[in-house]
Amino acid sequence: MSVVFEPSLCVSCGRCASVCPGTLLEAGDGRPARILFPDDCWGCASCLKACPRRAVRLTLPPALGGLGGLLSCGREGGRLVWRLERPGREPADFPGDPEGEGGY
Amino acid sequence: MPSPHLKTVRLQADALVIGGGTAGCAAAWLLAEKGLEVIVLEKAAIERSGCLAAGVNAVNAWIAPGREAADYARYALEDAHGIASWGLLLSMSARLGEAVGFLDRLGVPFHRGPDGRYVSRSWRNLKINGGDIKPALASCLKDRPNIRVVERVHALCYLAESGRGGEGALARPARICGAAGLRLNAPELVAVEAPAVVCATGGAAGLYRPNNPGRSGHKMWYPPFNTGGGWAMGIFAGAELTTLEMRFVALRLQDTAAPTGTLALGQGARQVNALGEDYEPRYGNTTSQRVLAWRAETEAGRGPCAMRAGPLDLPARRALTRSYLHMSPMQALKFLEGEAAAEEAAAAAAAGAGAASGAGNGHREFSFQIEGTEPYVIGGHTASGYQVDESRATTLPGLFACGDAAGGAPQKYVSGALAEGFIAAEGAALYLAGLRGKADRPPGDAPADARTPAAGPLEAGEGALASLTLSRLERLLEGFASGPAPAYGPEDLEEAMQKAMDLYAGGRGSGYRYGLEGLREAGRRVLGIWKLAFALKAETPRSLSRIWELLERLAVARHLIAHLAERTETRWPGFGEYAGHPGPDPALELFINSRLEAPPFVPPEDFGRHPPMMLRRSLADSRILDGPRPSLAEGGQPGPLFPGPAVPGEGAPSGEGA
Repeated sequence: MSVVFEPSLCVSCGRCASVCPGTLLEAGDGRPARILFPDDCWGCASCLKACPRRAVRLTLPPALGGLGGLLSCGREGGRLVWRLERPGREPADFPGDPEGEGGY
Repeated sequence: MPSPHLKTVRLQADALVIGGGTAGCAAAWLLAEKGLEVIVLEKAAIERSGCLAAGVNAVNAWIAPGREAADYARYALEDAHGIASWGLLLSMSARLGEAVGFLDRLGVPFHRGPDGRYVSRSWRNLKINGGDIKPALASCLKDRPNIRVVERVHALCYLAESGRGGEGALARPARICGAAGLRLNAPELVAVEAPAVVCATGGAAGLYRPNNPGRSGHKMWYPPFNTGGGWAMGIFAGAELTTLEMRFVALRLQDTAAPTGTLALGQGARQVNALGEDYEPRYGNTTSQRVLAWRAETEAGRGPCAMRAGPLDLPARRALTRSYLHMSPMQALKFLEGEAAAEEAAAAAAAGAGAASGAGNGHREFSFQIEGTEPYVIGGHTASGYQVDESRATTLPGLFACGDAAGGAPQKYVSGALAEGFIAAEGAALYLAGLRGKADRPPGDAPADARTPAAGPLEAGEGALASLTLSRLERLLEGFASGPAPAYGPEDLEEAMQKAMDLYAGGRGSGYRYGLEGLREAGRRVLGIWKLAFALKAETPRSLSRIWELLERLAVARHLIAHLAERTETRWPGFGEYAGHPGPDPALELFINSRLEAPPFVPPEDFGRHPPMMLRRSLADSRILDGPRPSLAEGGQPGPLFPGPAVPGEGAPSGEGA
């Protein structure tokens, strides 16, 4: 378990496959993207940040304490906006930092 | 995919950089700045490859105003319990400010205070929003006419020119002059001829059974795609590796291997055991002692241990979650899921009590269980890697190394890896200038010294060993492509290797402990698996790459086992414990180096019967630490596992600390 693709959202742009540091994804030629080697995924979320349509989501396996939620990532004005989707709940958006602000 | 169908494509450049991660990008950028034609071979794609794929939320090697390079070098040397090179640490530390400025100019968002200064976590840590640090770094190689980035190519072996003087093609190479790699998405071998090569391939994960089970095995701290491939290439070309036995075990948040430092330095979190005791002061504060603290408390039945921070209010919790989004999305997801569940529980409780909700804005404690990872071998955190001199030249002329691939200088982190990339690029450029100077001179004028051979860049008629290596490689790949496939695959053999290493070479499953007989058993198993690997068959370049990655890990594991057996002490107690040799031995304040004699260049099928591995001890250059110094006369013992004539001080022209 690692990243989950939603074929209905995928526009087959191939960005996810072009950035994957493990060469694990297949995309393009009009077919929706998919992960060829799900067990090899590192969980780095590079594909989430590359996807223009939130068509790929990260999930944490139960063996690692995951509760079934899905994390996706979009960009608004150069800033990353993360989204948590949980079964039966409204999605919750979580904006990333404005530039140079941290506070942790 | 029979090998006859593997087309060989030849490329040429002044300099070849293998691996476009942190160090490799810096090296390629500076080589190009110097006007050289550069090729970067990258197994994935440089936009997100290497350790920075997910990002990073701090620059951990920085020197605050009022401090000096020597302060950082001293910290790193002490953290390594004396086994690191002062000269290498100092040369890296002197470039940390430059590396930070480089990242700043590339647009990496540093936190700044109202006065415009960087916000630091301590005298050596800076906070950044590094979720997109790798694309920013990779952008320095874009649109440059003299840089060619060749992606999705798995580098397999070095090409070299044979030594002159009638020693034959199997003599130690006169110099490295390129590398050959396999294209992952087409049946193609890429042979790059370049008179200077910089190895920036990273360290090795996946030698040991991973902490996380089954399908989550790759959810590890270090990139699972880093297989030690650059070291395997070096091993087979006869390069000297150092200090592999100083494995790295990361103390991380359980499950996600997310950093604890974000909590410790950002929120003042402490390690506590199940009794709520802050136990850290009992164990010391070096990296390995902090790992030991967790292990000892757990083994004493006082676990689970956790990092505890807070109570934190909502803005603080949000900020912390954001900081994890910059480098560990899985941990951030865990935070977010946990917060959402807690808010719902609080709301339900409030509704049950008939009161208005709002508990989500209250203070809440952050407590996350921690654990040590499986061991990795990685020159960015410990001193493992290629033996290099202060110009980052390896023991093979023409070959330079930097970042996680280079040994001797621990605690590099991002900025130190960049610094070493710069240094290696300068070393390679100087070396090239030397070659050209000699080529311009009249014949017979150039002295035949081993470091800068009297020849220009590879030309027709030269490179006898390079051609031999290429044809051997093609033959070897052909063997993997034809014939019946065995009942097992590379994944099965990887599991067998990881089990052997876990049980007998100090994996987490054996409490990081090992003994000589166990190491011997691990060595036998590794060689047995090596033989089985040669029966594997590949139908696609991708599956061939998978077989090769297994060979790379096995080769590094074999050397690692020999190093572990040679260091008969327990110097880094959190990283490993040699049963029967508790504590450090002052006589072992030495580097342990290894190399293969009569290098085969490509992985040999009869690795087990291969001429012995040379083990060499050299004085650790820890001149600033107090205490008795060992003398070299005490070293030079044959290795207990793969004995060969150990010759102190011999054979390493770069000999940092020798």
